[in-house]
Amino acid sequence: MQVQINGEAMELPAGATVAALVEKMDLSGKRLAVEVNQDIVPRSQHFEFALNDGDRVEVVHAIGGG
Amino acid sequence: MTEMPEIQLPEDKPLEIAGRIYQSRLLVGTGKYRDLMETGQAIEKSGAEIVTVAVRRTNLGQNPDEPNLLDVISPDKYTILPNTAGCYTAKDAVRTCKLARELLDGRDLVKLEVLGEHKTLYPNMPETLVAAEELIKDGFKVMVYCSDDPLLAMRLEEMGCIAIMPLGAPIGSGLGIQNRYNIRLIVENAKVPVLVDAGVGTASDAAIAMEMGCDGVLMNTAIAQAKNPIKMANAMRLAIEAGREAYLAGRMPKKLYASASSPLDGTFF
Repeated sequence: MQVQINGEAMELPAGATVAALVEKMDLSGKRLAVEVNQDIVPRSQHFEFALNDGDRVEVVHAIGGG
Repeated sequence: MTEMPEIQLPEDKPLEIAGRIYQSRLLVGTGKYRDLMETGQAIEKSGAEIVTVAVRRTNLGQNPDEPNLLDVISPDKYTILPNTAGCYTAKDAVRTCKLARELLDGRDLVKLEVLGEHKTLYPNMPETLVAAEELIKDGFKVMVYCSDDPLLAMRLEEMGCIAIMPLGAPIGSGLGIQNRYNIRLIVENAKVPVLVDAGVGTASDAAIAMEMGCDGVLMNTAIAQAKNPIKMANAMRLAIEAGREAYLAGRMPKKLYASASSPLDGTFF
């Protein structure tokens, strides 16, 4: 299936979880927040939350700002 | 016997934000530094206890060993104040705040800023009001970047914003406080902390804000873009303290003409 990650298309196996996506992005263990189709997916649900084809996912972190 | 007039000095209330007392009245941003090391050193030197960050997409394929901002500016040591910089609509600002709360383990203190247009980054107040209402309803503690309109400042306070943060001048302009009169009025009316956010260029600008009775100043570019940011961070710390002390001391009245400091009698010429 194909999902949009931070505005870019990515192929993931069907039923991949948010945790699997985070791992694929080499971001496991990092402080980040995930939103799927504009809804927050709490960290506690990353291992259960399965993505669907066409999902729009945002993975964000804190950077310098004023 | 002449009656001594009672001297009215301002009350030295500590800076309290969301139930926590802060010693430092300088709040700093983390943008525009050369690198994370400089960011960390400047913030340490500034003495700030509240530090703003932005929320952005993780770069796809970024170097996983690269340190994260929050590894340098630890949420255990600093109060992290996520901002909604770059948002031009209430909807984007609310979304950003929700992501920030998730990012920071449920901490609900946010700096709301909704911008109007790219050239001045002037606050878009209609959208700011909409976002503030929604965020407060959702349990956020909102420190709000706003225009220096005294009536809007009162409106934001009535809505439940926990700090009012009018701009002194456009973000990153370094022009200093352009409308002291309005800032004065906002300070006079407010029961929640008033912090000048944006526009400070150098130490005297920060001192002026504090002398007028502001509860604090939030700045980023003035430190980060100084030729020596670490030195400027120290200058800002001192300016904030000096300005606050001067406010508490109560300045002398301004006079049009001179008034000799040395006695006029007893001269021998």
